Amino acid sequence: MNPVNYLYLAALLFTIGATGVLIRRNAIVVFMCVELMLNACNLAFVAFSRMHGNLDGQIIAFFTMVVAAAEVVVGLAIIVSLFRSRHSASVDDASLMKL
Amino acid sequence: MTDVAAYATSTGEAFQFWVLGTVAVVGALCTVFMKKAVHSALCLAGTMIVLAVFYLANGAYFLGIVQIVVYTGAIMMLFLFVVMLVGVTAADSLKETIKGQRWLALLCGLGFGILLCAGIGNASLQEFNGLAQANSGGNVEGLAALIFTKYVFAFEITGALLITAAIGAMVLTHRERTERARTQRELAEQRVREGKQLPPLPAPGVYARHNAVDVPGLLPDGTPSELTVSRTLRERGQIRDVSDEAIQDLKALEQRAGERLGREEGVAK
Repeated sequence: MNPVNYLYLAALLFTIGATGVLIRRNAIVVFMCVELMLNACNLAFVAFSRMHGNLDGQIIAFFTMVVAAAEVVVGLAIIVSLFRSRHSASVDDASLMKL
Repeated sequence: MTDVAAYATSTGEAFQFWVLGTVAVVGALCTVFMKKAVHSALCLAGTMIVLAVFYLANGAYFLGIVQIVVYTGAIMMLFLFVVMLVGVTAADSLKETIKGQRWLALLCGLGFGILLCAGIGNASLQEFNGLAQANSGGNVEGLAALIFTKYVFAFEITGALLITAAIGAMVLTHRERTERARTQRELAEQRVREGKQLPPLPAPGVYARHNAVDVPGLLPDGTPSELTVSRTLRERGQIRDVSDEAIQDLKALEQRAGERLGREEGVAK
């Protein structure tokens, strides 16, 4: 097996995540699909790091993880405050800027 | 793994890839297609653990551990907390706001996947170097050397980002109390003034056998009383009506008791 297969797997996971973002209406699940896409990118970075024989790819994946952690904290806070004001976690209901 | 460029990984790694890769894809598909958000979260956690194993197999030992600690440990648990907060039963609406959006989305996803795979297939990536040389001084040491020299500014900015995120989350979820909290005495006086429900609310449960909180208590005429069930459960529509069930159970119990007594009488004779 060639490590290129890891890239194919990452592409597949990214595609599944992107499709999920387009299909699902529940804000939390949409957010989980975004996380899946980020993880797929990380896998690609790690595989590239191995192919090129240097650690830069792993550094980028590490920074992606940090950014993802910050993003999850803020995103989930937004979902919680949306749910408080609208009593729904559906992205369709959040169609107005203000209630 | 040798220092010169290699063309294939070991058979063991190939086997691991095909088995765990299947698990990862199935987990990702379940994340997208499971109806309840809790199931999606658990499937995503499984996929992330598999990805951690892949990181370890690719020589990214530090990232593999960080993936388990940060992603499956912290981020997914945060997701589960929010799912609990927002309501486990908040099901997805199946109504399409844009006509045919689902199929178009699937088509887009398929096209995008084909595009990505074609791009990877066309790149000449037949040989790879391996991390034996880069990891020779230890993976963590190698990463640290890069983070604190080449990427030191990015690393510092990351600190600012984390602080901003923490403050942002607090600002977004914090609700300022605009009025003073009412005391117990004031609440009691208000109840007396309104004259609606003076004593505490009645307890849930039907007979002694159903004392679960989602089962409403029965009024003397046999109708279930909504007042006995917690307001949260009422709003979610999670009230379980067992008034018929209880009567059926009682009937079955009586019948069984009768049968047993009859048999015992037979033995005694």
